[in-house]
Amino acid sequence: MTPLLEVRGIDKSFGPVKVLHDVEFSAYAGEVTALVGDNGAGKSTLVKCIGGIYPIDAGEIFFDGRQVHVHGPRDAGELGIEIVYQDLALCDNLDIVQNMFLGRERKSGLLLDEDSMEELAEQTLSSLSVRTVKSIRQQVSSLSGGQRQTVAIAKAVLWNSKVVILDEPTAALGVAQTAQVLELVRRLADTGLAVVLISHNMNDVFAVSDRIAALYLGRMAAQVKTADVTHAQVVELITSGRSGDLGLKNGVTP
Amino acid sequence: MSKVKELPGEAIVAATQSPSIGNSFLAYIERVRGGDMGALPAVLGLVVLCTVFAVARPAFVTAGNFANLFTQGAAITLIAMGLVFVLLLGEIDLSAGFASGVCAAVLAVTLTSLGLPWYVCAVAAIVTGVIIGIVLGTLVAKVGIPSFVVTLAAFLAFQGLVLVLVDEGTNISIRDDVIVAIANRNLPPWLGWALYAGCVVIFAAVQLLRARTRTRRGLVADPLSLIAARVGALAVLAGLAVYVLNLERSRNPALVSLTGVPIVVPLILVLLVLWTMVLRRTAFGRHIYAVGGSAEAARRAGIAVDRIRISAFVICSSMAAVGGIVAASRASSVDPNTGGSSVLLYAVGAAVIGGTSLFGGKGRVLDAVLGGAVVAVIENGMGLMGYGASVKYLVTGSVLLLAAGVDALARKRAAAAGLR
Repeated sequence: MTPLLEVRGIDKSFGPVKVLHDVEFSAYAGEVTALVGDNGAGKSTLVKCIGGIYPIDAGEIFFDGRQVHVHGPRDAGELGIEIVYQDLALCDNLDIVQNMFLGRERKSGLLLDEDSMEELAEQTLSSLSVRTVKSIRQQVSSLSGGQRQTVAIAKAVLWNSKVVILDEPTAALGVAQTAQVLELVRRLADTGLAVVLISHNMNDVFAVSDRIAALYLGRMAAQVKTADVTHAQVVELITSGRSGDLGLKNGVTP
Repeated sequence: MSKVKELPGEAIVAATQSPSIGNSFLAYIERVRGGDMGALPAVLGLVVLCTVFAVARPAFVTAGNFANLFTQGAAITLIAMGLVFVLLLGEIDLSAGFASGVCAAVLAVTLTSLGLPWYVCAVAAIVTGVIIGIVLGTLVAKVGIPSFVVTLAAFLAFQGLVLVLVDEGTNISIRDDVIVAIANRNLPPWLGWALYAGCVVIFAAVQLLRARTRTRRGLVADPLSLIAARVGALAVLAGLAVYVLNLERSRNPALVSLTGVPIVVPLILVLLVLWTMVLRRTAFGRHIYAVGGSAEAARRAGIAVDRIRISAFVICSSMAAVGGIVAASRASSVDPNTGGSSVLLYAVGAAVIGGTSLFGGKGRVLDAVLGGAVVAVIENGMGLMGYGASVKYLVTGSVLLLAAGVDALARKRAAAAGLR
């Protein structure tokens, strides 16, 4: 099975600081790939390189087996890569439909085509089996953290995206809402999307992911199937870059 | 991989049937309690003020005085309409008053010294407004100077500019019939009624059509009873207004007859509908709200935030120009004080009293009209009561403070209710 998204040999430096060393990473359609690592391991940088926010110093990006060049967020969007950032970037004073279509409104003539936007938003939300909002004409300010996350994810899915990258979607949520969002993450993958989940929370990772990619000090320590590893092994990969046979062989010093 | 359990959570199935009129009313009450008061304070204020003045001074409720309210409040309302756009972004334009003065002076100079036809002069005044807006907007959006400082500087500079234009303080009188007619003449009574009928029919048609298409598409639509109530309210209130305005209000009808809807009323209505459409029904309007709500979210959504900021200032200053033209028309002259003294604060006050938030992201063009009505009623009623400028300023200042206080408290309450 070829990965939908694959990066090879990514290097990225900020001035004298080398943040990513020769990173390889793949995400498969229909699977949740968890991207884990300690603070400063380079998770966000890797995601921003894929999303075209940061230019890469070296390396290749393959999409659906073809090599592609991502020079900006727009390129990533055209390929079907959508990133949901931690701070969600929703407008509190607009309703759910307005937020989902923000910047890409549907028009008929000069005026907005509210009805078709509302229909499409409703279809998207119901295709994700979202039943937690009273009305899609509700202002985002009246939504809970989990519902906001849901709206942000639905917004990313709306555009026929193929890869959805979620940056710590459950970091600020309570127990019940976390479960709801994880359920949604799983459902995204089941509809055939390649989902990349950045998370610190091992429980979340083991609950929904099919594969785990562990970054250690800017290097990809290991990419493994979730079923093949234990909780403790993943923690070891995150903290020391190796665990038994897995991980970086030649010993990386911090 | 373990399976995620299906959680009941806070699942609520979306209601697809139309809400009843009772439900709509309950939802409104809920919104008000949650801190989203909308036009409620302005409407209540209007009712209270009108009752007080009507009881204290019977002259307040005469047809003549009613017509006065419109011409008195017109310029401020028009300036406030433009200010709404800037306030929606969470910015402020303190120079709008004197910008209207500059544009009025341009109108007066081109009319009298250059002797150009009125339409050329009106266009020149509005173009002046557009240029002012571009300059202010660019300084705020591109250079990054806070709008408070930019427009405060412009507030001073424009006073000087008005003085230059009117030759250090002469009073230029305007004699052009068309310009003078804007704020001083009335529509013939039949035209007032025709306009009224047209407005009510179009309003009803638009509402019904929207409800029908939405029902056909299976979306939640307003119930027929609610639409009927809205159309009925408009028909009754507007009908009453047109009827009163069409009464004879001349002191000496044998000599000169004075009836009809003042010409500024349709002018305000047209601009109200135009800007409401722009804000509510176009992508541009949506982006204004988005930038006011969260500039960062708007930027990430690919909206050209700087361009939105500049255009809001352009709209504000060009509406100030329209207000300036109306003010010049009402006084039939332009002097260094046109657009000066309290005009700006009354205009900001009108927008805020109407329900537009000073924090950005919340407001409607209709707010400017409602708030403008409150300001006009205070100004007019206090005048009738025989109070001088001192009391007028004190009262208007207090009302502005009250409105801003209501805005801030509503925001706090909304935050507490988890609505913001």
